[in-house]
Amino acid sequence: MTFSSRKHRVSTQLTVIALTLALAACGSSTPTDGADSAAGEDAATEGGLSGEVLVDGSSTVFPISEAMAEEFMAENPDVRVTVGVSGSGGGFEKFCAGETDISNASRPIKADEMELCEEAGIEYVEVPVAFDGLSVVVNPENDWATCLKPEELGKMWEPAAEGQVTKWNQIRDDFPDSDLALFGAGTDSGTYDYFTDAVTGEEGESRGDYTASEDDNVTVQGVESDAGALGFFGFAYYEENKDSLKIVEIENSDGDCVTPSVETIADGSYNPLARPIFFYVKKEALETKPEVAAFVNYHLDLANEYLIEEVGYVALPADIHERVVARVEEMTTGSIFEGESSVGVKLSDKL
Amino acid sequence: MTPSNLPKPPELASDASEFNINLSKRYRLDAVFATLTWLAVVIAIAILATLLSDVLGDGLGRVNWQFLSTFPSRNAERAGILSALGGTIWLMITVAIIAFPLGVGSGIYLEEFAEDNKLTQIIEININNLAGVPSIIYGLLGLQIFVRLMEPLTGGRSILSGALTLVLLILPIIIVSTRESLRAVPDSLRFAGFALGATRWQVIWEQILPIAFPGILTGTILALSRAIGETAPLIMIGALTFITFLPENLQSPFVVLPIQIYNWISRPQAGFHENAAGGIIVLLAVLLVMNSFAVVLRNKLQRRV
Repeated sequence: MTFSSRKHRVSTQLTVIALTLALAACGSSTPTDGADSAAGEDAATEGGLSGEVLVDGSSTVFPISEAMAEEFMAENPDVRVTVGVSGSGGGFEKFCAGETDISNASRPIKADEMELCEEAGIEYVEVPVAFDGLSVVVNPENDWATCLKPEELGKMWEPAAEGQVTKWNQIRDDFPDSDLALFGAGTDSGTYDYFTDAVTGEEGESRGDYTASEDDNVTVQGVESDAGALGFFGFAYYEENKDSLKIVEIENSDGDCVTPSVETIADGSYNPLARPIFFYVKKEALETKPEVAAFVNYHLDLANEYLIEEVGYVALPADIHERVVARVEEMTTGSIFEGESSVGVKLSDKL
Repeated sequence: MTPSNLPKPPELASDASEFNINLSKRYRLDAVFATLTWLAVVIAIAILATLLSDVLGDGLGRVNWQFLSTFPSRNAERAGILSALGGTIWLMITVAIIAFPLGVGSGIYLEEFAEDNKLTQIIEININNLAGVPSIIYGLLGLQIFVRLMEPLTGGRSILSGALTLVLLILPIIIVSTRESLRAVPDSLRFAGFALGATRWQVIWEQILPIAFPGILTGTILALSRAIGETAPLIMIGALTFITFLPENLQSPFVVLPIQIYNWISRPQAGFHENAAGGIIVLLAVLLVMNSFAVVLRNKLQRRV
């Protein structure tokens, strides 16, 4: 730097100064904005509710919480709803430590998490909030895999398939002899837990040699670019990528081949890959914090059901919805799944 | 530099012919090495350019005043980055205020005051080791100590907890770079100072620090640049993802740019991917401003010496 020409240095400095000023401009106006909106919040106390609602947990449920919180806060400007994403498991850890009011989960609470909550004396109400249909997709060039049985998916994904099942014709004899490449959710996610449970019968057990990612868009891109690929992810990702991927029908328990859609997920005919997603609300918060109760009721209000569909999930059918509302009103604590997974469980039977 | 620019090997007598062969070989080696280093630079620049053009192409359309001044939303077009930008600025200022005196102070003590004994050697090795610990480990530590044990002070999952966690993460880097800068100052200057009757403090303050300061500053800024991009430890200590107010004090909950970007990029809707690219541009701009600030400071200080 010491021997660079003066002219050069001046121009560098000018650029730097300009940039600094630009940031200073952003920086100084930022707090003002905040102050303005804070003042606005103080002025508007129409709802009468105030306080904080602390939500954390699954990234699958996050878009629903975000949409609900956004609209809820527009109506109740004095309530502050914050949503974190630390995964279903991470969410329960905080929830059972008493750090959050609501915990989002893409799977039912597990037995060890129930114990953790019990030790801390935290009682909770389990609220199924929507359905998601795990969608199995292949490359558009794949013209053979139109309908697969869960057992066939199991054949591809089970731990024993590692290094062994590498060709499509090993799945079904009339499939061509082309390479099979698998893409899916990472092992930490509730999506992975559910999928493995549904197709291999063992929760969290699968082959290790597949492309795992916490970001489902990686699965989208992987399947898009590999003719022999197969992947799975939440329904919303399929909806957004319909044009570049081919959906695989799944043979349900009645022996019909079913495509995931809003209708088939809601009426239960898309099984076993349709799953309920949940949030768990602390009973104490529901009783003592009116803003938490209001937020939960906002979730369950039929007028807000459109928000669930807007972010790519399937709202609960009317009969289940009714029972969920009753459950919240009566503050029925505990989990209907008793620590087990939700695969093969009909919500309408259990509630 | 091309080989043709190089001076021709001089004609040598036949009895020194083995030198002649070696010489042309050495020139060739020189040229090969120059090409290799040039290639390294080209590859690095090409990668950076691809990355930048990709991100700018995707996100530049999204970066406008509305994007900078609104809070996140379920609707990609209405979503903005205000809470993340505010959180990042708050966090980085707090980190800088805590990490700079602590790190530079430790560095000066270890390099200038501490005696070279077993204890300082153990401390030294540990600091170097800490620089290589994965950031998520600091997140776990921060969760237990700053969020849970020190909750009355930090307010739990707050800016202060996040800042302290990041301070732990970058302290080793600041300490090591401070020591390197001090070590680069020739000992003759120290001896000259002592010979004139200056105390140790006077020598350090008047002689050594002004010379070492630009280096110390560079190290600190590099460390802060690392902290600004960290996601894992902050998710661990419970930084949020959806938050529609700006931090008001050190105990406020917060979100930072990398977390917001990560959240957007993993969403199914393409609109959010554009937002993520926009967020990356904002993050790059903040980084650039920070680094430029350091360059200005360094140039200013360098001229004084």
